[in-house]
Amino acid sequence: MEHYISLAVKAIFIENLALAFFLGMCSFLAVSKKVSTAIGLGAAVIFVMVITVPANNVINNHLLKKGSLSWINSDLAGYDLSFLGFLCYIGTIAAMVQIVEMAIDKFAPALYNTLGVFLPLIAVNCAILGASLFMVNRDYTFSESAVYGLGSGIGWFLAIVGLASIRERMEYSNVPLPLRGLGMTFMVTGLMAIGFMAFGGIQL
Amino acid sequence: MANIAKKTLLDPLAEDNPVVLQVLGICSALAVTTKMDTAVVMSVAVIAVLTLSNLSISLIRNQIPTSIRIIVQLTIIASLVIITDQVLKAYVFEISKQLSVFVGLIITNCIIMGRAEAFAMQNGPGLSILDGIGNGLGYSVVLLITAFVREVFGSGKFYGMTVFPVVTEGGWYHPNGILITSSGAFFIIGFIIWFLRCWKTDQIEEEG
Amino acid sequence: MQHNTTYTFLFAAAICVVCGVLVSTSAVSLADRQEQNAALDKMKNVLTVSGLAEAGQDLDAGEVQDLFEKSVKAIPIDLATGEVAEGVDPATYDQSAAAADPNTSRPAPANNALIKRLPNTIVVYEVADSSGEPSLLVLPIEGYGLWSTLYGFLALDVDLETIRGISYYQHGETAGLGGEVDNPSWKALWPGRKAFDESGEVAITVIKGSAGPPESNPHQVDGLAGATLTANGVQNMLRFWLSEAGYGSFFEKYKSSERSY
Repeated sequence: MEHYISLAVKAIFIENLALAFFLGMCSFLAVSKKVSTAIGLGAAVIFVMVITVPANNVINNHLLKKGSLSWINSDLAGYDLSFLGFLCYIGTIAAMVQIVEMAIDKFAPALYNTLGVFLPLIAVNCAILGASLFMVNRDYTFSESAVYGLGSGIGWFLAIVGLASIRERMEYSNVPLPLRGLGMTFMVTGLMAIGFMAFGGIQL
Repeated sequence: MANIAKKTLLDPLAEDNPVVLQVLGICSALAVTTKMDTAVVMSVAVIAVLTLSNLSISLIRNQIPTSIRIIVQLTIIASLVIITDQVLKAYVFEISKQLSVFVGLIITNCIIMGRAEAFAMQNGPGLSILDGIGNGLGYSVVLLITAFVREVFGSGKFYGMTVFPVVTEGGWYHPNGILITSSGAFFIIGFIIWFLRCWKTDQIEEEG
Repeated sequence: MQHNTTYTFLFAAAICVVCGVLVSTSAVSLADRQEQNAALDKMKNVLTVSGLAEAGQDLDAGEVQDLFEKSVKAIPIDLATGEVAEGVDPATYDQSAAAADPNTSRPAPANNALIKRLPNTIVVYEVADSSGEPSLLVLPIEGYGLWSTLYGFLALDVDLETIRGISYYQHGETAGLGGEVDNPSWKALWPGRKAFDESGEVAITVIKGSAGPPESNPHQVDGLAGATLTANGVQNMLRFWLSEAGYGSFFEKYKSSERSY
């Protein structure tokens, strides 16, 4: 149990996908203007991650890894299909995102319109693919993948909601005109990242 | 027609830059700009894949069913990137070693997916090719400027050759450590946006 | 554009088949060339880490083979006992395949380098100097950094104490940060360091900041600026491979055999 808690804490804070590994930056920077939209996108990301990371774990362990095809027929044990890894993981992610897009379009059309092109862009959100690739690299078990997917999603959610809150506050600040908006967002994100470096030394 | 072609090709350089206006392709702009040589390799790779993917998707745009279009676009993009990686590994092994790390980053490079969705799905192959090249060049410009600042001021080198001899190698220059971290890249891109919007004032966001 | 469900299914199937075929064709047809390139690159790495060739020197396959035959002896060893492994051809042995197959590998003991499985047999290299005497050993090492597993070689003098070089031929660390393990200036800091202390414990440490020259600071090496986790990975993997769990048994057998390997 402790192992899972420490895995989750690591995924949320110490190895935060957005602020420590800088994954998923495009949507992170573009959709953080208002807290309500940020919460919507963050929730979608958590949902997609918590499903795709364990799903990709199953695909990798039973279809792609060297020797994993032996459950069909032991003759196939020699095959190593890991070069299809990217295609399969992206496939799972894209399928999930398509489902999420249709669900949001039906149940929350206002959110759908605000997110615009960034909803399908969840499919290429490097954070989601990154989480699956880390899971493969570190050879997690199924339950570890589930915990890791949930933790990483929550971490990304916290980062984007944090940034959105700061941006909403900054509307009352006197930012130079050409720097207003996107430019300032970059600077603030840089500072948030430096802040998160503090977690880097923690060993769990 | 020539006017539209010229606009499609040149707009993404400053008017409608994928990185600093459309906010696409940021992750790789942070990861590969610590040195000039990796930034160059990535830029060339993105221009190539973006052009090919825009072309392929534009050719079959009327046949793709809406309900699976994201998956189809991604499959095409991922396949192109994997094939490029395989060809490089077979014929120019040294360069492929540098690029292999970024293969995953190219597939998820939002620019490629973003332009496929926003342009290639609605336009013919000719214009899509130009859009691909144009956006690729716009991306490269931002990447090369960032890499230049980060490598020269962050480690005193340009393309691996020493420009400012650093103290750890017996010189006088104390390298700016912040620039080597990704936060440094954020600040540099923030400055690029600032200067660009002083020049192209129509990009200024009225509500901060 | 709305299409009916059958069309959607057929289209999806068609795209899968076309893309799958294109990707697999390119992977399979180019596989031989890629393997040759990878094997050549590995051999070049053995040569550069042992000082027989310069890093970045343009050597073709023939030159690499010549240098190899002249000065390098590939010895497959049983990792657990440290003795020469019978029936293994070093030229065709695939270590990563062996590590993945449960018949030729075993789970690794708990370690910080995140090494999961150990192959039963590893090919090490004994390099002779110009007079033909064995001068150093090149040992394959691997371990997890920040983003990826790093695969490389450690060159150890035949006194089994002095490090003569380190080099990584495959890794996925960030260029400019962890990727600086490829930087010749960093690699040049390693020759002359001592791997073990007086009591025989593994003592080599990667530190933050500058360690100074090997004469004054034999057990410490500079880390990588901005890449603490990769540097930790390097230290963790060296600590593992130099210990009992790694090449420890091989070192004992080699010492007592008076180099008659």
